[in-house]
Amino acid sequence: MRALFFRDLALALRAGGGFGLGLAFFLIVVVLVPFSVGADVTLLARIAPGVLWLGALLACLLSLDRLLAVDWEDGALDLLATSPLPLEGVVAVKAAAHWVTTGLPLVVAAPLFGVLLNLAPAGYGTLVLSLCLGTPALSMIGAFGAALTVGIKRGGLLLSLLVLPLYVPTLIFGAEAARRAAEGLDATTPLMLLAGVSGAVLALMPFAAGAVLRVNLR
Amino acid sequence: MSLWEYANPVRFLGLSERVMPWLWAGAALCLVVGLVWGFFFTPDDFRQGSTVKIIYLHVPSALMAINAWFMMLVASLIWIVRRHHVSALAARAAAPVGIVMTLIALVTGAIWGQPMWGTWWAWDPRLTSFLILFLFYLGYVALWEAVEDPDTAADLTSILCLVGTVFAVLSRYAVNFWNQGLHQGASLSLDTEENVADVFYVPLLVCIAGFVLLFLALVLYRTGTEIRVRRTRALIAREARGGQAERA
Repeated sequence: MRALFFRDLALALRAGGGFGLGLAFFLIVVVLVPFSVGADVTLLARIAPGVLWLGALLACLLSLDRLLAVDWEDGALDLLATSPLPLEGVVAVKAAAHWVTTGLPLVVAAPLFGVLLNLAPAGYGTLVLSLCLGTPALSMIGAFGAALTVGIKRGGLLLSLLVLPLYVPTLIFGAEAARRAAEGLDATTPLMLLAGVSGAVLALMPFAAGAVLRVNLR
Repeated sequence: MSLWEYANPVRFLGLSERVMPWLWAGAALCLVVGLVWGFFFTPDDFRQGSTVKIIYLHVPSALMAINAWFMMLVASLIWIVRRHHVSALAARAAAPVGIVMTLIALVTGAIWGQPMWGTWWAWDPRLTSFLILFLFYLGYVALWEAVEDPDTAADLTSILCLVGTVFAVLSRYAVNFWNQGLHQGASLSLDTEENVADVFYVPLLVCIAGFVLLFLALVLYRTGTEIRVRRTRALIAREARGGQAERA
């Protein structure tokens, strides 16, 4: 399991841009927002938590179609399926590697981009915390979507259509927590709900993703 | 004699052909009676005027939109557990009907909301969760269309349906948390004192019965079509194989 994890990390790093691409996309989304809604500082401060969450979510989505497709194409996935490691474990490890290469940089960079959007000072801590709790769920749900569409040629668009509705609860609780904190309200309830959603997804989704992958490898 | 006998496509087709005329006739009768009764022979509401009458389309279609998904869930479970092809095909056949029901509910709701709430659309929990349900339907149908092998497609969409159900329910309560509602609460429950007034209640029930029958008839019809498509494909494949064998 550990070997697979480090292998995925190394591949993402060496492929060039695995790390940086999602981050750059996130930055571009954040930069485009003032162009589309105007540079009014108070307006930006109000929408900042939501925009940061949406940007992080889209950046997560961007790299999903390569999550399993590369290994599917070169047959590595078949090898993994015959290895003693259960497919559920394979998917979970791949989602974890995806989170380290995509989710973690987003979490680290989010406060920096918050400055660009004039996020209220009270919101930074909760924003990072909510992203920390939420992005693993995004990666895991995304891995399920990737497993569903792995056998389909040009499945990228379909993947977005399937995965985005599944992101709704995570996005609602995460953005709500960040918004409440930025407005100086208590964000404990949405944070706890977010942690609940995230925990349930991490616990159960590998089984769904594993089952789907088994069907696709048949 | 058990229900599972109808998992056999031939038996299923035989039964559905016998039942379907009754379903179509019942649906037509109920809808005509219910809608005419509702539109022309019930009084206007004290506050809402004649716009209240859209309830005869809005409520049954919304009900069926949710129940169609529920039916797909049950059919998907049967497919996963017992692998009856008719079940998977029925789930596939129900999805587009569900989409149309969801659209009818959303559109009639918007038409009613414009004069009553002063807006076509509000980000109300009920409205929003219906929109999310619509997205789930779209994804489900798109996945069916995208996968070529029918059994793989049935497996994948079944699991998507199970996961989607969990997330749809989760979203339903999450949006409650996220925004306050404009939509009224339930007013057709069997266990509450205050419901829709009786003058509206009875024709509404007739309309709901009509929608249920219409849904059943459509699903049976579409499932029959799917079975015949499957059969034709199998025949064509067999012909093709036979042709190759002769040439060889």
